[in-house]
Amino acid sequence: MSAVENKLRREGASTRRTQMRHLFQGWLAHHRLSAADSLARVLDHPFASTLTWLVLGIALALPAALTVALDNARALSDRWDSPAQLSLFLSGSVSADEAQSLSAALQQRPDVEHVAFVSRDAALAEFSVLSGFADVLETLERNPLPDVLLLTPVPGSDAAPALYTELAADPRIAEVVLDMAWLERLNTLMQISRRVVWALGSVLVAGVVLILGNTIRLSIESRREEIVVIKLVGGSNAFVRRPFLYTGLWYGVGGGVFAALLVASALWLLGGPVMRLAELYQSNFRLGGLGIMGSLNLVLIGGCLGLAGAWLAVTRHLRLIAPR
Amino acid sequence: MITFDRVSKRYEEGHEALSEVSVEIRQDEMVFLTGHSGAGKSTLLRLIMLIERPSRGQLIVDGQNLAKVGERGIPRHRRNIGVVFQNHQLLFDRSVFHNVALPLVIGGYEQREIGRRVRAALDKVGLLSKERALPVTLSGGEQQRVGIARAVVARPRILLADEPTGNLDPLLSAEIMQLFEAFSQVGVTVLIASHDLALISRMRHRILTLRGGRLVGTGA
Repeated sequence: MSAVENKLRREGASTRRTQMRHLFQGWLAHHRLSAADSLARVLDHPFASTLTWLVLGIALALPAALTVALDNARALSDRWDSPAQLSLFLSGSVSADEAQSLSAALQQRPDVEHVAFVSRDAALAEFSVLSGFADVLETLERNPLPDVLLLTPVPGSDAAPALYTELAADPRIAEVVLDMAWLERLNTLMQISRRVVWALGSVLVAGVVLILGNTIRLSIESRREEIVVIKLVGGSNAFVRRPFLYTGLWYGVGGGVFAALLVASALWLLGGPVMRLAELYQSNFRLGGLGIMGSLNLVLIGGCLGLAGAWLAVTRHLRLIAPR
Repeated sequence: MITFDRVSKRYEEGHEALSEVSVEIRQDEMVFLTGHSGAGKSTLLRLIMLIERPSRGQLIVDGQNLAKVGERGIPRHRRNIGVVFQNHQLLFDRSVFHNVALPLVIGGYEQREIGRRVRAALDKVGLLSKERALPVTLSGGEQQRVGIARAVVARPRILLADEPTGNLDPLLSAEIMQLFEAFSQVGVTVLIASHDLALISRMRHRILTLRGGRLVGTGA
């Protein structure tokens, strides 16, 4: 008896499993169908679709291109970042021995990598060789140059500004020159630019979502009767929504592809002249592009924005379309 | 199968389309609903499909109190009901096959099963040869039969029809009524709204008569 019951129960469970599998397969089949059908509809109107893709592509390409430009600027400034050096000009009253001991003391500090002592005589000799003013310099009665300590802080630390304030207060040192000031300004400028790109990017991304929302709204309007019929024969909201979400996805993905192409062609146009300019500065700098991952990311972002825009339009407008 | 218990429907502008309608339709029945236009025939069908909800009273369809079916439950409820519309409600950019397949696609059937059932339904209404045609290329009677095929393809327990013979000549109308009768004989509850009294009185089924929103006749 219980064996029969068990068998029945097993059969019941397996029937339910089969039903679930069928439902899942049906759901999957409708996803495939919606995706293919939406793509066919998008491709059926090549002119209108290309326009939409271009609009989205341009809106996405702008922040992407600015990001690429910033990345290149950072790569360029990174080359100048190291090594920051402090030049300590000693006051005239400091003797050579005192200068040597100061140099030795500084060398002991943990935040100092290296100290080089350039005596005023050595400096004058170097200057007369490099400048070509040797004849003029020989007529001078006394050496106008001070002794100099060239101090390199431990790299990668923020020691340089602290050292600067501390050493500037030392009476033995007449002047401290930190060669990093302009680099800091550049970095700050870069941070500001990054913020501007973010702000601009957010505005354009919102624009993309709204453009797509509007496109999808129009496509919902043009298929109003179909939606009514589907709802009449028992189509759920999710079922009605699906093809429109796919339409949004295809528009977004296409927009991302166009954006990646636009950025790539802009870089291709700029690549030659930038290389020549770099050569003129004896630099081997090359413009960096989006790369494969960057381009894929752009397409992915486009797809996500497309879905978001479609979702926005669909949730807003589908509820209003009901059989009457 | 369908039970109306003192059901009224009053529209927002104050017009009362149905008042105190009470009637019970059994599972194996085929019932006609008649009355002048504006008597409330369509409203009654729309209440069963949950396009509208009653203002008062209780409506039970297939053991389910419709007051307890929420917005999310409506699609599932409609999938259990086949409906033939007066204006066909076909998708004109899809082939006959795809129109008939729609309820099965919504129901998540397998592709092979869909093909099998759609062809069986089209065969039943005599349109198997037109499965690839677009609805615009069909005559009014053929379009109506596509609508019928779509209504029965998912084998619903209830079949509703709103003026299914509205614009058809007497011969075609009789053919279509015979189709409905055939479905009724295999256990489908059939409810047909029609003002073609000459046709329906010949068919020996129960006739419900509506007048000004009230049920004035429930006999054969």
